Amino acid sequence: MGLYHTEDQAMLKDSVAPFLAENGSIKQLRSLRDSNDATGFARDLWSQFAEMGLNGILIPEAEGGLGLGHVEAGIVLEEIGRNLTASPFLSTAVAAVEALKSASADMRAQWFPKIAGGEAVIGLALEEGKKHNPAATALKAERSGNGFKLTGAKTFVVHGHVADLLLVSARTAGAAGEEAGITLFAVPRDAAGLTAEADRLVDSSMSARITLDGVQVDADAVIGEVDAGWAPLTALLNAGRLGASAELVGVGTGAMDMTFDYLKQRKQFGKVIGEFQALQHRAAHLYGEMEGARSIVLKAQQMLDDGDPRGEMFVSAAKAKAAKSTNLAVREGVQMHGGMGMTDAYDIGLYMKRDRALNEVFGDLYFHADKLAKMNGY
Amino acid sequence: MTDLDTFRKEARSWLEANCPPEMRQPVKGDDDVCWGGRNWVFSSPAQKQWLDVMAAKGWTVPDWPVAYGGGGLSPEQTKALRQEMAKLNCRSPLNSFGIWMLGPALLKFGTEEQKLHYLPQIARGEIRWCQGYSEPGSGSDLVSLQTFGEDKGDHWVVNGQKIWTSYADKADWIFCLVRTNKEDKYQGISFLLFDMTTPGVTTKPILLISGASPFCETFFDNVAVPKHQIVGELNRGWDVAKYLLGHEREMISGMGGDGGMASLGSFYADVLNDNPVLRAEMAMFEVENLAFRAHSERFMDEWKTGRAHPAYSNLMKYVGTELNKKRHEIVMAAGGSDALEWESARTNGGARPRAWLRTKANSIEGGTSEVMLNVVSKRILEMPGA
Repeated sequence: MGLYHTEDQAMLKDSVAPFLAENGSIKQLRSLRDSNDATGFARDLWSQFAEMGLNGILIPEAEGGLGLGHVEAGIVLEEIGRNLTASPFLSTAVAAVEALKSASADMRAQWFPKIAGGEAVIGLALEEGKKHNPAATALKAERSGNGFKLTGAKTFVVHGHVADLLLVSARTAGAAGEEAGITLFAVPRDAAGLTAEADRLVDSSMSARITLDGVQVDADAVIGEVDAGWAPLTALLNAGRLGASAELVGVGTGAMDMTFDYLKQRKQFGKVIGEFQALQHRAAHLYGEMEGARSIVLKAQQMLDDGDPRGEMFVSAAKAKAAKSTNLAVREGVQMHGGMGMTDAYDIGLYMKRDRALNEVFGDLYFHADKLAKMNGY
Repeated sequence: MTDLDTFRKEARSWLEANCPPEMRQPVKGDDDVCWGGRNWVFSSPAQKQWLDVMAAKGWTVPDWPVAYGGGGLSPEQTKALRQEMAKLNCRSPLNSFGIWMLGPALLKFGTEEQKLHYLPQIARGEIRWCQGYSEPGSGSDLVSLQTFGEDKGDHWVVNGQKIWTSYADKADWIFCLVRTNKEDKYQGISFLLFDMTTPGVTTKPILLISGASPFCETFFDNVAVPKHQIVGELNRGWDVAKYLLGHEREMISGMGGDGGMASLGSFYADVLNDNPVLRAEMAMFEVENLAFRAHSERFMDEWKTGRAHPAYSNLMKYVGTELNKKRHEIVMAAGGSDALEWESARTNGGARPRAWLRTKANSIEGGTSEVMLNVVSKRILEMPGA
């Protein structure tokens, strides 16, 4: 297998790219923002995703999905990134689906068809502090009746206020900071005692702070094993981190292409500014950085799809590199657009905002570089 | 089992049976690498044995046609062979400018006679080649070169000077850019091959900041070169040179990860854990290193299947050499005062500082980083201007 897209994968890209450019464009993001939309994404588009079969991309064929892999999910996410599409695809169809693969047959039978059909949105309630730290889970789940009672708070739950289901990491044993003793629960958002406070983020997406005040769930709400939620959580995080990396590559490439177009049009001193070597060298360097990010993301996708044991390490390298390169792309983008880059009328600033949010999702550059170091014994 | 799986399995058992244990140990320094040639002194019987069995199999140049001394392998098989060699830590049996640079140019531009004559010698490591490109006044602006070949009917008489000729003092033959028409800058250069023992050829090693002398000045004083030793057409040597530079850049770009995917930081865990800012630098380097390895793999896969942009090797050369310089900066910092020792036996004769200094040439030789960025911006990004 070569480190490039197969013919089938290239065909998927050829169908997703025009679909999103047409139906999930930056224009739509602006319209959601400017109309002060309270949902955070377009419901119509989520249904169209389902009609194209995209929501079931990672769901096994036997359970109504396409049974494809992380490379294919990444193709969709890169186009989402390039168009700055507001969509619950990453959280619902990628990260949540990978966690639900560890769920009971009943739970899968209940949720996979709804996800594939575009009828459900799933929120990920994992974070308790302002920086990503899944092992720091302290939200308490105590045995109660035939199930558990959950008490605590979560933050940065993207689409959490409109989600149908929340995946909640909770501590059933051990202490905050330990991977063991965490249990992953599926909690309906309308459960008694659960409140969601929505807020708009810098990139115009909607995110919620969730409070669980003695929320009672049945024992069958557990995904995987009690105290051993780290396993489904790892599957969720690998998929989420790598998916966010693919989306970042789309954001960075979109910003880069827009900037290169600008360099070829804008005139100063009687010349197109792209003629200046000072800008040409920075453009070429940026291109190299984005190409490196694209390569490690694809490598990690193929590794996860192959079940390679080094997959988790490469996911961290991919998230870190994508974060670093895309951040350079949006900073150079705004700078090279000059004063226009500071205006709301130009789209380049929207790329900068989405990059900031995506950098933070599932761990930033520093988290993943640190994780890579720890995995290498220092 | 697919054909490729079968090939992989057979290659692995062949390597296990034929690669001597000494040739599965890491290289101990520049002198421990096999370059071949008329005057080569093998550092061990194992080094000779490894070269001989690999050459007999055609696997010093696995993807060249069998008729020219190669293994006749497909790109997929070549990649599988390299992967199996890496898994067993097999050393490269032969380092050679003939393999990396001249060979690909001959395969594309050489006559059938030239291919049958020169390529098998390269594949078997019998002739060591050097490259005569740069001149004192022609570095980045290579096409301004002045070394002149005067037409004498059945031969040229070459006069001039080359510089930065790698291992010219150890090479048997040279592939050389020579001006054969003073009127036309680009279409006035020819690509000539000649024996370094031809009367009138002299070499003088240049002492570098690393204390080593891998490069020479090379002088030509009325050197006679027969007409059949031209590659490609008269005055069209620049086409050959450009093609070959692509391969050179591809080769140098591979240096970026001279430690491969293995973690550099894991060797220095004690130092790093006491120095958090250095640890962070190392972690960032490791991110870049893994990204570069994936980038190289993707480039090679795309290159060999005709998917890559023709100028892409310029980008890889830039990224790879800058990363290699970064690697050695971090190694020096992690090594601390130990890494300053220049001669001691316990530092293997100052291997670390000498290697560190050597890497500074990576982003100069074979086209500077600045020239690479020019090429990428103009040819790949299609930025405007001359």
